[in-house]
Amino acid sequence: MNDLVNETTLVELSTLAALPLEPGKSKATLDALNEVLALVGQMQSLDVANVRPLAHPLERHQSLRADSVTETINPSALSQNAPLYEASLYFVPKVIE
Amino acid sequence: MNLNFATLTDLQKALRNRDVSATELTQHYLTRIDALDPALNSFISIQAETALDAAGRADARLAQGDARPLTGIPIAQKDIFCLQGHRTTAGSKMLSDFIAPYTATCSEKLADAGAITLGKTNMDEFAMGSSNENSYFGAVHNPWDPQLIPGGSSGGSAAAVAAGLCAASTGTDTGGSIRQPAAMCGLTGLKPTYGRISRWGMIAFASSLDQAGPMTRTARDAAILLEHMAGHDPRDSTSLTEPVPRFSESLGSNIKGLRIGVCREFFTEGLDPAVERSIREALAVYESLGATLVDVSLPHTPYSVSAYYVIAPAECSANLARFDGIRYGHRCSDPENLQDLYQRSRGEGFGEEVKKRILVGTFALSAGYFDAFYHRAQKIRRLIKEDFVQAFEHVDVIAGPTAPTPAFPLGEKASNPVEMYLQDIFTISASLAGVPAMSIPAGLANGLPVGLQLIGNYLQEGPLLQAAHQFQQATHWHTLTPPEVL
Repeated sequence: MNDLVNETTLVELSTLAALPLEPGKSKATLDALNEVLALVGQMQSLDVANVRPLAHPLERHQSLRADSVTETINPSALSQNAPLYEASLYFVPKVIE
Repeated sequence: MNLNFATLTDLQKALRNRDVSATELTQHYLTRIDALDPALNSFISIQAETALDAAGRADARLAQGDARPLTGIPIAQKDIFCLQGHRTTAGSKMLSDFIAPYTATCSEKLADAGAITLGKTNMDEFAMGSSNENSYFGAVHNPWDPQLIPGGSSGGSAAAVAAGLCAASTGTDTGGSIRQPAAMCGLTGLKPTYGRISRWGMIAFASSLDQAGPMTRTARDAAILLEHMAGHDPRDSTSLTEPVPRFSESLGSNIKGLRIGVCREFFTEGLDPAVERSIREALAVYESLGATLVDVSLPHTPYSVSAYYVIAPAECSANLARFDGIRYGHRCSDPENLQDLYQRSRGEGFGEEVKKRILVGTFALSAGYFDAFYHRAQKIRRLIKEDFVQAFEHVDVIAGPTAPTPAFPLGEKASNPVEMYLQDIFTISASLAGVPAMSIPAGLANGLPVGLQLIGNYLQEGPLLQAAHQFQQATHWHTLTPPEVL
């Protein structure tokens, strides 16, 4: 199978995945991805035309709760993990100049 | 009694008879961790203070005759389970400072049953790996030979139990991550039916596959832990509502007439001859116990690795999108803008294997490739499930090797991802189908443990554990301990 990912696709994938293209590593990344996709490509030889896809192994409906508040969590337990948090706000770089 | 390698049943008895106190037992394991773990690296964090506090409370309960089933039993938990107020890293730099704001349901259930958590065990980053070499906190070494890998991704949990650093541990299994390290460290490891144990508070890798389970010395111990980990949880919509049987109370009856399917696709070219010999001998033991061996086929097994390495990365790329460097997790320094913040935080926070799987998953879900990859993989998943459904019309349990080889040297397969992925070739199909499966010690190959995999029908953990227990009544493999560990 020809390589499915080239440099252009890798740029697109990196953008979609929000991962940086690391300088000097793109050849190694391309090789690694194409190696996995070659392994995965073995499934292309199987005829699956009339097979329904399976998303959940037990094919059950998910059991849903009533849409009501049942518990609360201390906000400080969550915000202590934020890299930059002040006055109940999560800080990010300026988005609008 | 040798406390180092005592079973849960032995420890329960010793605690109730006051032969040992929970505090003495907890201190015993903490001392062993201090002495032995620097060479194994099986723990990421130790909770000595909270463990000893819990042990003190356990001793008070025991003194009052108010013990719960696991009161005073020290265990270790894979560092993928959130424990409120404790660092929970998933083996990643991304979460190296993350303090869990709540506790995973199954960990809470174990605590409610009286278990004491000694610490959190090392693992492949976000459970992605088969050798435990992908951890930000360094590789784990196999107690049977520190030059060898312990298996993965629950390698720390396996090594800790095998070295006698705790009585039992928890693990998670997405494509074999309980069973394969159990096999390589000479333990009993069980992946229950998908949905049997709540995934709430368990850091997600691939949500349609992830399942928690026990890693123990014996099938009886696995039954005891499973009873206290399983059960419906309204906080996990995929959690099953079926009642949880008392697995440990139905291990005793004999297995005469049990139909064991020997899956021909599990005896393939890549199977180590010494592993195959041990598995064939184990099957002969079952015959001697009155079981009938039946030839079965799971014809789509050869496609399982391909389908898995589409479905699991696709789900991982979606699950790990939450790590953006804003609300929690690693953040890069001096980001130029929001996009730079996202990309550099993720680039610095994730290891190479995780980034590769995110990119593979992003590819499989992207426009133009979705049908040819993700959709097709889901169709193959159905064919694999149907293989099991048909096989279980004729047999009660399916048996075969857990892994194609015994433990291999650290670094040996690190540069060959495909060879590493094929380590899970016998375990992945049960994960895709969602059926319960376990690994039990079944011999030695070149002095290293070999795991026999037993696969059961949906929700049939009981017969599976019974088959495993009866094998352990007739063999001594589960009693072997690593030669160098004191």
